[in-house]
Amino acid sequence: MPVAIGNYIALSAVMFFLGVAGVILRRNPLVTLMSIELMFNAANLLFMAFARAWLANAGQVFAFLVITVAAAEAAIGLAIVVTTFRDEKNVDVDEIRLMRG
Amino acid sequence: MIAFWVLGTIVIVSAVWTITAKKPVYSVVALLANFAALAVLYVTLSAEFLAVMQIIVYSGAILVLFVFVIALLSSGVAPFSAGPNRMPKAAIPAVVVVLAALGFLVYATAGVTAVAPGSVHTTSTVGPVGTAGIFGSVADFGKALFTVQLLPFEVTALILMVAVIGVVLLAGDRAPYVPSRRRAAEVERSMREAIVRGGE
Repeated sequence: MPVAIGNYIALSAVMFFLGVAGVILRRNPLVTLMSIELMFNAANLLFMAFARAWLANAGQVFAFLVITVAAAEAAIGLAIVVTTFRDEKNVDVDEIRLMRG
Repeated sequence: MIAFWVLGTIVIVSAVWTITAKKPVYSVVALLANFAALAVLYVTLSAEFLAVMQIIVYSGAILVLFVFVIALLSSGVAPFSAGPNRMPKAAIPAVVVVLAALGFLVYATAGVTAVAPGSVHTTSTVGPVGTAGIFGSVADFGKALFTVQLLPFEVTALILMVAVIGVVLLAGDRAPYVPSRRRAAEVERSMREAIVRGGE
């Protein structure tokens, strides 16, 4: 039984906006990073659905590259969290003002 | 069809759990459920290699990295609190955003029933699984990755290498330069002391 492409678009949109809400609402940098992962995965789901609908390989390859970049982003983000926590003993992103100038 | 709705429900519920959990560890567990459901969804979209990658890279590497960081930070002197959220201040825009997304869901499911080149089928394509030429098989994917899409692949390898070097520089044992107020104050104090000593 076929699933319309609109359903995948809708699921991806809901997931993406949940990630946006997590970035906006939470102050914990770890949860913020996880919300960013949610958004990456929403984009990936859309890539996969369109690749299947048009039977095009490029979508899957690009989703693979997105996974790689997301891994790099998570590693660097967590390194920044560790470094900041080592210096500031603080996990509230509102309290970190080093880059404010 | 049924698989899509079941998996979609799991994805959305676990995403909500991820962003509302009190402790980061619970967020990691919810994210694990989210990624597992997404992997099954990828299988239904005949992206078998990507489903395996989803499990290995996301559930196996990235989430373990999160767990490591949580364990590392919570073992310090200060207890690692979850950190308060801004729910009261930003509740209204959040509700608006979620309602807009749900409205889009209703619109998309009602308006779009068939797409031009063929709607997405949950059944796999004909032919034996894993052979070249069948859409989504590992052989097909690998052939595309190493021939047509070779340049993006190499660029991604470069990005990964830069990321590894950056992480080692940032969080390594002997970080050469870590910008922080405390360290800047230490440097400033030692320079002042050196100036005072030089003046005597």
